[in-house]
Amino acid sequence: MSQTVVSTDPGVRHHAHHFDSAEHEFDSAKQGMWLFLVTEVLMIGAIFVAFMTFRGLYLEDFQAAHKLLSVPLGATNTVILITSSVTMVLGVTSAQRKQKGLTVLMLFLTFLLACGFLIVKYIEYTGKFHHGIMPAGLYTGVNEFAASSDAFKLFFSFYFVMTGIHAAHVVIGMGLILWIMRRAARGEFTGGYYTPVELVGFYWHFVDLVWIFLFPMLYLIG
Amino acid sequence: MTTHASPAGTNYLNWEKGIWSWMKTLDHKRIGLMYLASVLFFFFVGGMFAMIIRWEHLSGGPTVINQATYNQMFTYHGVIMVFLVVIPAIPAALGNFILPMMLGAKDVAFPRLNLFSYYLYVAGAIFASSSLFGWFGNPPADTGWTFYTPYSIRTSPTVILVLTGAFIAGFSSILTGLNFIVTIHKLRAPGLTWGKLPLFLWALYATSVVQVLATPVLAITLLLLILEKVIKIGIFDAALGGDPVLFQHFFWFYSHPAVYIMALPAFGIISEMIPVFTRKPIFGYKAIAYSSFGIALIAFLVWGHHMFVSGQSEFANFTFSLLTMLVAVPTGVKVFSWVGTMYKGSISYEAPMLYVFGFLELFMIGGLTGVFLGTLAIDVHLTQTYFVVAHFHYVMVGSTLMALIGGMHFWFPKMFGKLYNERAAAVGFWMVLAGFNLTFFPQFILGSQGMPRRYWSYLPEFTFLNQVSSWGSFLLGLGFLWIAIYLAYALLKGERASDNPWGSLGLEWQTSTPPPLENFATTPTVKEWSYDYRPGTPLPGSKTA
Amino acid sequence: MNPGYLPIAASDLATRWDWLYDFLIGLSIFFTILVLGAMIWFAIAYRRRPGLRTKYITDHHGLELLWTAIPTVLLLGIFVWGYAIYSEMATAPANAIEIRVVAQQWKWNFQYEDGKIISDKFYAPMNQPVKMIMTSQDVLHAFSVPNFRIKSDIVPGMYTTVWFEAKVPGRHQVYCTAYCGANHSLMLADAYVLTDQQWADFKRGKEIGPLPDAHAPLASNRSNSGEANSGLSDPPAVDRDEVSFDQAAPVSLVAQGKQLVEAKACASCHAEDAKADNSQLSGPSFVGLYGSKISLDDGTTAVIDDNYLRESIENPAAKIRKGFRAGQMPPYQGQVSESDLSALIAYIRSLK
Repeated sequence: MSQTVVSTDPGVRHHAHHFDSAEHEFDSAKQGMWLFLVTEVLMIGAIFVAFMTFRGLYLEDFQAAHKLLSVPLGATNTVILITSSVTMVLGVTSAQRKQKGLTVLMLFLTFLLACGFLIVKYIEYTGKFHHGIMPAGLYTGVNEFAASSDAFKLFFSFYFVMTGIHAAHVVIGMGLILWIMRRAARGEFTGGYYTPVELVGFYWHFVDLVWIFLFPMLYLIG
Repeated sequence: MTTHASPAGTNYLNWEKGIWSWMKTLDHKRIGLMYLASVLFFFFVGGMFAMIIRWEHLSGGPTVINQATYNQMFTYHGVIMVFLVVIPAIPAALGNFILPMMLGAKDVAFPRLNLFSYYLYVAGAIFASSSLFGWFGNPPADTGWTFYTPYSIRTSPTVILVLTGAFIAGFSSILTGLNFIVTIHKLRAPGLTWGKLPLFLWALYATSVVQVLATPVLAITLLLLILEKVIKIGIFDAALGGDPVLFQHFFWFYSHPAVYIMALPAFGIISEMIPVFTRKPIFGYKAIAYSSFGIALIAFLVWGHHMFVSGQSEFANFTFSLLTMLVAVPTGVKVFSWVGTMYKGSISYEAPMLYVFGFLELFMIGGLTGVFLGTLAIDVHLTQTYFVVAHFHYVMVGSTLMALIGGMHFWFPKMFGKLYNERAAAVGFWMVLAGFNLTFFPQFILGSQGMPRRYWSYLPEFTFLNQVSSWGSFLLGLGFLWIAIYLAYALLKGERASDNPWGSLGLEWQTSTPPPLENFATTPTVKEWSYDYRPGTPLPGSKTA
Repeated sequence: MNPGYLPIAASDLATRWDWLYDFLIGLSIFFTILVLGAMIWFAIAYRRRPGLRTKYITDHHGLELLWTAIPTVLLLGIFVWGYAIYSEMATAPANAIEIRVVAQQWKWNFQYEDGKIISDKFYAPMNQPVKMIMTSQDVLHAFSVPNFRIKSDIVPGMYTTVWFEAKVPGRHQVYCTAYCGANHSLMLADAYVLTDQQWADFKRGKEIGPLPDAHAPLASNRSNSGEANSGLSDPPAVDRDEVSFDQAAPVSLVAQGKQLVEAKACASCHAEDAKADNSQLSGPSFVGLYGSKISLDDGTTAVIDDNYLRESIENPAAKIRKGFRAGQMPPYQGQVSESDLSALIAYIRSLK
């Protein structure tokens, strides 16, 4: 167990022994989280580059393929996620203000909105599969869903991979939200210590931000 | 404020005992040792595959294994050595142990994350090595550690286990790098300015930046390859309209910086050891520190030099070759500075210093042959031959391994409070140096003559040099075995070491040996440069306690 | 001259390559002796002994500048030299004889313009440029002929090329150097470089038996500043189109291509001769098409080469020429084999 420095001053929270103060620890934690998000940017950046490369080579095919995506459903998900970022922020500020009930409520709303996102995703994916719209090697769409070329099908490979990895990150985020909900309900967060809520907040905003790039890229411009 | 501390008079090894205390430890020193043990274990496993390969190469036709098995052997040799040994070795093992101590800190910024990183490494290792037994009746992977498509898409699905293992181990690397960056930023002792930061830390810092920025690209590449095999996404598969060369771009975008993850920490260790054993300040401290970042930056711009004959454009080849030439400059600066440090020094030949000499010989050859390969026309003939195999073994083994073993000897007393036997160490060193050169130098000639790599069988004209190489490798293997033996003996029965047997000015040596749990009794304030070996600086005292 | 550590230099380019290589070796030996020599000297001269005092030196800006600047200049010079030779390697002469290569696990197929296909060996004339246009049926392969110092990956779905002009007759070893599975190391081939007489025989359909290994040329290539002195007279310039083969030989690539174009009714959209009325046709004319530089509908330009034609047959929408519409031509991906593609390209190219 990490050794903690126990404070006799009731307003100051304890912190791990290798830090000088709680603030020192909080700053370090935030820096660590930012660095983690940088690594996520690189992972996503790489697949964006692949997408843009293929799009540059096969523009007409990609534009034709993207018409099969549902802009209304994508836009709905965008609104859901942006709203969930708002509830997340409210959750962070209320944790900071030691408002236990409000924190749990806001986090729960964020969780619900995330569920909504996944439900819409489920509807989209099953709809696609029903019409045989799958990753390239499994594509079986016919008639109005027929692929006009290999590149047409590759668009859907990118679609499923990118939105799929994003959805996986949403699920992970939901797990993290449940975790801090539980800790919030136990009164663990105060003005002097709300690090986990802040860091999960960063993560959640990031997941939202990625969607805000994905949506126009896949659904709007194709 | 009161601090919970380990009982007075104990050290990090004995204040808490039992396997469970190790498995749940948050102490960076114990975590470093667990990494060290695991890395050395996998080094021997990977080495075994190498021995089988060299045994097979005693003759041009079939010797002991068939071609299918041979292809698996070089695959696992590469995967294990790259992902489970050379990349983690110095940062995770020695870095974890030494970095906080050199900073005057009690631990890394995120100790729990550190332990988690270790378990990620273990999980990755289990996935990758369990695949040796096949998967649902499918044979082990045979794609080479580079997993080029379309072959990797078509071949046995067992490679998915290897890809998963490498993916997980990659996160161990990323999180370690992240941890080190925040530690260096936030946990420096009072008085330790950037201008006084030891070069091992500059090296680890540059390495950590590379780990954090490059490894995620590997992660997505491996993931995409898994998805290729499982749901046929087709991005890298020509048969589905995808581009196999794009896979190579993705793969090398990580794997080139990866070789600097291997090399930079090694450079840092060399920079630490030379001043101690020459009793002189390191020559060109600023140049060495900045060159680490210069190398880290250019490292991201040269990946295409692995692809000169891949069919990429002439313009790409022009650019990558030019940039590759540039990376040699900061590297050369380091080598010249290290040798320059020896001028007018007072040199002793303990094992760490022997490994410095060995490092310099091997790295010179490895680095210079890198210039050959970076030269466009020259690379066309030499690429995909044994010349490349020789080059990368000279730099990877020559730098990383020499520095690792040298560093292990250097910090052995600090870690365990015991001394190893210098004469035994010298024997081990010369066996390894001779064995290594005998194994790999002939391979430059073989490649130059045209012998391709990843070849199970070879033409009769290549026989003699292959046999020299194989016998050299047996000597090399024996050398490593010998090192393991006398170090194990020292661990159990070595003489008790004094607190600072080398008379080093480094901060990690200013505390007791082995160190207490919290490293320092009180947080030190750094006043001097740790390379301040003036003519009057006392020579090392007695090595034994 | 074959200095042991290299195979013979069987072309002028190989000889020039060897000069650069030997220069690099010399330079490496020089720097190794310099640096390791200094290291060994210091190790001995400054070994620790009683009374030896060290000197406190932390840097020397002049020296550091020197050992930064000199390597930089040297490396840039090496880069330029290497790029110059590479540039030649990358551009085949326009009059090169073409041999189309299809690599597969684990076999080589070499196809000549007359349609003849030979497996695992090919024949090329001496003293004439020969260009290999290569693709793969399955996974990555690579074509390597050490004697000519040439090498290129062979990638499924696209064409890559190498070229050489051999000065030494006989058998030259060909390797596959890109790992391609189980029998990668058994995927060898022979390049038979023929004298004028042998080449004439080959064109007449005569079987040329196995040849002895190529050995050092009759006179040293290097002593004549790179000019080969093989003792044979200069061959007449070869007009590729005049190369004619035995009547009983297989159908030429051009003829095969013409048959395919008829079978697939390409003429319904593409003119095959200059007299056709282009205004009625929805696709660009084939006449004079090959080698031309065109504008694409996205504003960029492209040169119509083998890779362009291949891509446009398989996936026309990829690079639509300005002034033409996407969606008119169906993609032929999966409906044309490698050999069909070679034939179609050869035919289109022949329409001047």
